[in-house]
Amino acid sequence: MIKPRQRRLLWVLAGVVLVATAVTLVLRALDANVMFFYSPSQVHAGEAPQGAAFRLGGLVEDGSVRRAGTAGGGVQVQFVVTDQVQRVAVQYQGLLPDLFREGKGVVVAGTLLPAGIFRATEVLAKHDENYMPPEAAKALKDAQKDVQRDVQRDVQRDAPMDAGTRP
Amino acid sequence: MIAELGVFSMVLSLIVAFVLACLPLAGAQLGIRSWVALARPAAALHCLLSLLSIAILTWCFRAGDFSVLYVAANSHSELPMMYKLTAVWGGHEGSMLLWQVMLACWTLAVAWRSRALPPAFVARVLAVLGWISVGLLLFLLFLSNPFTRLVPAALEGKDLNPLLQDPGMVFHPPLLYMGYVGFAVPFAFALAALISGELGAAWARWSRSWTLAAWGFLTLGILLGSAWAYYVLGWGGWWFWDPVENASFMPWLLGTALLHSLIVTDQRGAFRSWSALLAICAFSLCLLGTFLVRSGVLTSVHAFAVDPGRGLFILCFIVAVVGTSLWLFAWRAAALGQGGGQFGMLSRETLLLVNNVLFSAAALAVLLGTLYPLALDVLSDEKISVGPPYFQAVFLPLVLPAVALMGVGAVARWKLGTWAEIWRRLRAALAWSAVCAVVLVLSNGRLGPRISPATLLGVTLGLWCVLSTLAHAWQRLAPAWREGQGWQRLARQPWGWWGMLMAHAGVGIFVLAVSLADGLESKRETSVAQGETVELAGYRFRFDSLAPAAGPNYDAQRAQFSVRHGNEQWLMYPEKRVFRAQTMGLSQAAIDSGWTRDVFVALGEPLDEAGSRWTVRLQIKPFMDWIWLGTLMMALGAGLSLMDTRFRVARQRLPQRAPKALQERLS
Repeated sequence: MIKPRQRRLLWVLAGVVLVATAVTLVLRALDANVMFFYSPSQVHAGEAPQGAAFRLGGLVEDGSVRRAGTAGGGVQVQFVVTDQVQRVAVQYQGLLPDLFREGKGVVVAGTLLPAGIFRATEVLAKHDENYMPPEAAKALKDAQKDVQRDVQRDVQRDAPMDAGTRP
Repeated sequence: MIAELGVFSMVLSLIVAFVLACLPLAGAQLGIRSWVALARPAAALHCLLSLLSIAILTWCFRAGDFSVLYVAANSHSELPMMYKLTAVWGGHEGSMLLWQVMLACWTLAVAWRSRALPPAFVARVLAVLGWISVGLLLFLLFLSNPFTRLVPAALEGKDLNPLLQDPGMVFHPPLLYMGYVGFAVPFAFALAALISGELGAAWARWSRSWTLAAWGFLTLGILLGSAWAYYVLGWGGWWFWDPVENASFMPWLLGTALLHSLIVTDQRGAFRSWSALLAICAFSLCLLGTFLVRSGVLTSVHAFAVDPGRGLFILCFIVAVVGTSLWLFAWRAAALGQGGGQFGMLSRETLLLVNNVLFSAAALAVLLGTLYPLALDVLSDEKISVGPPYFQAVFLPLVLPAVALMGVGAVARWKLGTWAEIWRRLRAALAWSAVCAVVLVLSNGRLGPRISPATLLGVTLGLWCVLSTLAHAWQRLAPAWREGQGWQRLARQPWGWWGMLMAHAGVGIFVLAVSLADGLESKRETSVAQGETVELAGYRFRFDSLAPAAGPNYDAQRAQFSVRHGNEQWLMYPEKRVFRAQTMGLSQAAIDSGWTRDVFVALGEPLDEAGSRWTVRLQIKPFMDWIWLGTLMMALGAGLSLMDTRFRVARQRLPQRAPKALQERLS
C-alpha cells in the first residue's frame, strides 16, 4: 500500500524525469541545428569547419556573378562573397532572391568544399535594397578593424627601427 | 501645422492616460468614489485623442506631406491611394502608433462592455491598461515620434517598401496588433484580480471573453501574415520559423493554453493562479515580440529601424511590466490561488492540464530557439542561427500529443471520467481513423505518389481530430434527432459549444492539410525558353510569351504560361516588377488555387539580354487552401464562442455577487 506522501514523491520524481528528458531533447535538437556564422576572412584563416554547415556573409562582389549556361537546368550560379579583405567563391543551385544584387549584402548558408568553394543551400537577401544583414555588416567591420590593426602594428614595429637608423 | 496638432493630441493623450493610470487605481484602493467613477470617461477621452492622432497621421499621408519625416520615408506621390493609407503602419513609428491606438480602443471596449462589473474592479483594470498606454506614449513621444518634421521638406517620398504594397498588408498589421494588444486585457484583468483579491470563477469568466477575442484576432493576423509570405515573398513556403513569425506565434501558443485553463477556472474554480500566470506570460511575450520585431535585433523584413535607444526603452519597459506583474503574482497568488474542486486522474481537468503543460512547453521551446542566438551574440559575440529543423524536432513532439488528446478532452467528464465512457463515445471515430490509416499504408505508392510515415501520421491525426469532433456533435444531437426534435435541440446548444466544435474541427483540417501540402508537394527550379515546355508531377508548363506591362508605380515583365493537366488547360501570368521609386525588383508569383491543389509559377531572372530564357520556380502544393480554411475555422470558433449568452448573463448577475468588503468600502 502506498502512502499519500510516497505517492506525492513518485509524482514529483516522474515530473523531474519528464522535465529532464524534455530538456535533454531540446538541447540535443538545438546542438544539431545551430549554424555558426563566419566571415570570408575567418574562412581564409581556417576557422570555419570543413563538412559542417555554416553561414557566410558579406558583400556580393561586383561583376562576380556567373551562370553556368543551361547546365543543371540553367539555375546554377556562382558568385564571390567578400568582406573587402578576403573573398570566397560560392556555388548555388536554385533561384536567387529578388533582392540579391552585386555590391549588396548577402548571407548564404551551406558547406565549404575541400577545394575552398562554398556550396550554398540557401541564399538570404530578403530585405529592402538599403538593408544590410547585421551579420554581413559585422563581417565587413571586423575585417576593416583587422586590417587597421595590422597596419598599426606594422607602423609601430617599423617606427623604432626608423628612429634607430636615423643619425 | 497639422502634424504639430498630431503631437499635441499625443501629449494630451499621455496626460489623460496618466490620470487614468493613477486616480482610479488610488480611488479603488482608498475607497474614493469620484476617482473610481473617473475611469470610464478618462478611457473614452484617451481613446478619442489616440484616434485623433492616428487620423492626423493618415491625413498627412493622404495629402502627401513630405515635410513630415515619417511620411517622406514611407510614401511616394505615385503610390496608389490604398497603399498611401496603409503606409501609415508601414514603418516603425506608425506601427508603434497603431499599437498604442489599438490599446486605447481595447481600453474603451473594456470600459463600455463591463458596465455590470464591480466599479472598483473595472477601475483597476482600466488603470493597468492606462499604465501600459503611458509607457507606449512616452516611447512614441521621445524615441519614435511619427510627426517629426523634415527640414527642408523632401520633394519626393522614398516610397513604401514594395514588399508591403499588397492587399494582404492592408489587414495583416491591424489584425495582428488587435490580437497582440488584446492580450493586454486578460493581463489587466489578472493584475486587477491579484490586487483586489477577486481571483475566482467570476474573474475567469470575465477574462474568457476578452481572451477569446484577442486570440481570434491573433489567429487571423498570423493567418494573413503567413498567406502574405506565401503569395508575395514567392519563396513557395508559408511558414519559415523566422524569428518574427515566432514572435507572433509564442503569444498564440500561450493564449491557447490560457483559453483552456480559464475554462477550468470558470467551470470548476481550479487552476486560478496558473491562469493568472499564463495571462501575465502571454502579454509579456506580446511585449517581447514587439521588442524583437521593432528593436532591429533580429534579421527580418519587419526590422525597419536599427536604433539601440529604442530597443533599450522597450527592454526597460518589458522589465518594468514583467517585473511588477510577477512581483504582484508572487506576493498575492499563493494566498488567492488556493481552492477549486478536486478532480481525479482521468477527468477533463487533467486533460486540460496536459494541454496547458504541452502548449506552455512548446512556447518555451520556441522561445529558447528564438532567443538563443541573441543571448549568444550578447555573451560571446558569436553569430549563430537556429534553423527550422530545430523547431520541427522540438515543436512537433510537444504539440502533436496535445492535438491527439483534443478529442478525448472534449468528451471527458469533469471531476472523474471513466475509460469505459470515453471508449464508448470515441470508439467509432477511433475505428474509422484506424481503417483510414491501414488503407493508406496498404495503398501507399500503388494508387498515388509514395508518402512518408510522417505524412501518414499527420493525415491520420488530422482525420482523428475531425472524426472525434463529429462524433462528439453527433452524440449530443442524435438522441433528440431520433425523437424528431433535432432542430429544437440544435437551436438550444450554446454558442460556446459550436465555437469549440468549429475550432477543434479547424485544428483537424489544418493538421491534415499541412501534412498533405508539405508531404506531397512537388517543386522544381529550372530555366525555360519561350516556346519550351517543362513538366512537373503531370503538369506541363509551356512558356508562351513575355510582354511588358505597367502598373501604377511599377513596370513589369509579364510572362504567359499555358499549363496543361490531363484534359484541362489554363493560362497563368507570373510577373517580374521593378518599382520606379526604389528600382527594386519583385517577382509576383502566379498561383492557381483549387480545392485539391495550388499550382505556383514564379519568375526568377532572365538568363540572356533578350529575355527569351528565364529561370522559374514551379510548385504543386496539394490541399494548400485547406491550411487557410483550418486556421479560419479556428478564428471563427473563437467568434462563435464569444456570442455565448453565458458571458452576458454573468455580466448582469455579477454586481450582487461582488465581495461584501468591496461594496462596503465603496458605499
